[in-house]
Amino acid sequence: MTVQDTTPALRARAMASLQRAQATHQTATPAGKPVRRLPVQKDWPTWALVAAQIGILLGALSLWEIGARTGWIDAFFWSQPSAIAETMTVFFTTGDAWTDISFTFRSTIIGFLIGTTAGSLLGLSFWWSRNYAAVVQPYVICLESIPKLALAPLIILVFGIGLVSKVAVATALTLVVSTLTAYAGVKALDPDGEKLFYSLGASRLQVFRKLVVPFCLPWIISVLRVNIGLALTGAIVGEFIASQHGLGRAILYAGQTYDIALVWVAVLVLSTLAMVMYATVSWVESMLRKGVRQ
Amino acid sequence: MSSSAPKLCVADVSMTFKTPTGAFHALAPVTLSIPQGRFVSLIGPSGCGKSTIFNIIAGLLEPTGGRVLIDGVDATGTIGRVGYMLQKDLLLPWRTVLDNVILGMEIQHVPLRAARERALPLLHRYGLAGFEYLYPNALSGGMRQRAALLRTLLFDTDVILLDEPFGALDAQTKLKMQEWLMQLWSDFSKTVLFVTHDVEEAIYLSDEVHVMGTRPGRIIATIPVPLARPRVRGSVLSGEFLAIKERCLELLHLDPTASEAVNEAA
Repeated sequence: MTVQDTTPALRARAMASLQRAQATHQTATPAGKPVRRLPVQKDWPTWALVAAQIGILLGALSLWEIGARTGWIDAFFWSQPSAIAETMTVFFTTGDAWTDISFTFRSTIIGFLIGTTAGSLLGLSFWWSRNYAAVVQPYVICLESIPKLALAPLIILVFGIGLVSKVAVATALTLVVSTLTAYAGVKALDPDGEKLFYSLGASRLQVFRKLVVPFCLPWIISVLRVNIGLALTGAIVGEFIASQHGLGRAILYAGQTYDIALVWVAVLVLSTLAMVMYATVSWVESMLRKGVRQ
Repeated sequence: MSSSAPKLCVADVSMTFKTPTGAFHALAPVTLSIPQGRFVSLIGPSGCGKSTIFNIIAGLLEPTGGRVLIDGVDATGTIGRVGYMLQKDLLLPWRTVLDNVILGMEIQHVPLRAARERALPLLHRYGLAGFEYLYPNALSGGMRQRAALLRTLLFDTDVILLDEPFGALDAQTKLKMQEWLMQLWSDFSKTVLFVTHDVEEAIYLSDEVHVMGTRPGRIIATIPVPLARPRVRGSVLSGEFLAIKERCLELLHLDPTASEAVNEAA
């Protein structure tokens, strides 16, 4: 607005000097500077996002179904949504869906709890004695580098084909992760914190209970979500090798008998189970974090 | 306890660290004798062994030679005899301010309820009212230092060691905290050993200033501060104060490695 108030003569002079400046500028960079605006993305409303997501799912499913019916897709190998839905009903009404789900769920949860607890305690115990930590550490690192799933056949041989062997595989996968994470927490401990406790006349047990454990809790918590996924993987692989129950066994059995629809059903149920467990652990994690106040 | 014995006595304490390149003399024999209720400061350049002396007095470090006596009794290498506030506030982030402050009592097995009951009025009286149930991350630097100092005081030892408690604070907050500390000191009548880089701070707060030198760490001079108490801010401009300050700066300059500390103090 103030520009309009200036006299025409002044404005003319200003324009002239501006043009001169632009002219010299253009000789300096012949191509000129491209005019660019800040790219701005407009967010879609939530309903549009959800509609797009559902649309993609429905579109893919209908393409699959149509493809299978017209013969573009080999329904023998890929099955088709309608057959999968039918098998799903059969699986839940007359099959042993609940036995399998409960079997896989139990071995996952028990393995998760044992592996996480034992691993965290082992990791924390390294604080207690530097000598002990130095002796044991190479073994933990070796254990970390072994592909634990490769040991699964051995574990099945030792623990049998029941629940215990699946729990053992799940434990093997989660234990080392928890150990190393808890140990990372111990190593991040500020030596001055220990100094403060000792200057107050604390015993080692007091330092451990009131400083080391609460300090490492966020580390231990941070690994819960990773571990639930690992425990599930362990349980499924255990069932693949030898089992009488479980979703892993259902998948393997269906594949071997070319019942591809059943493979899809078991995979879907397994994914749902995994999501439910992941969501539960995330919730537990956020509750614990609130409690720990880090 | 006889009245003649000093509260805290550091007798010929020396410290040598073994390093890969040979022995490192951190402290030449150092002797300090501090009567009950005194406020004594140590000033000196970085690496003059101030923190080493503190760690030895607090029992966190076994000296190579010499003894630490509290009330005339040998306390060398025993922990929990003095209150020790380190440079960092070291408040535990998972505890409320109140529960941080009672840490010392808790470690000494004072029942939680009793400890909290003792701490609450002090928090109210010494500027932490309204912060009792907050977590330390909600507090400003000055407030955190207050909480850390109250934690040290509530540990209930006659001697407290303060290692640059206000080093990280801005100038304004620092002045306020000095007044606050003076108030606490006169209320609790503790014996205080104070380390600082700030010459003016040392003189303003203390009855006596020990100037230290490096390589090896040693006390090169002891300067009494006869200024009357309670002191007022204006006294830092008095001729007497300035004379003491000049003397301290001169002593620090004598030591060629001390220029760093003088710069910080200036």
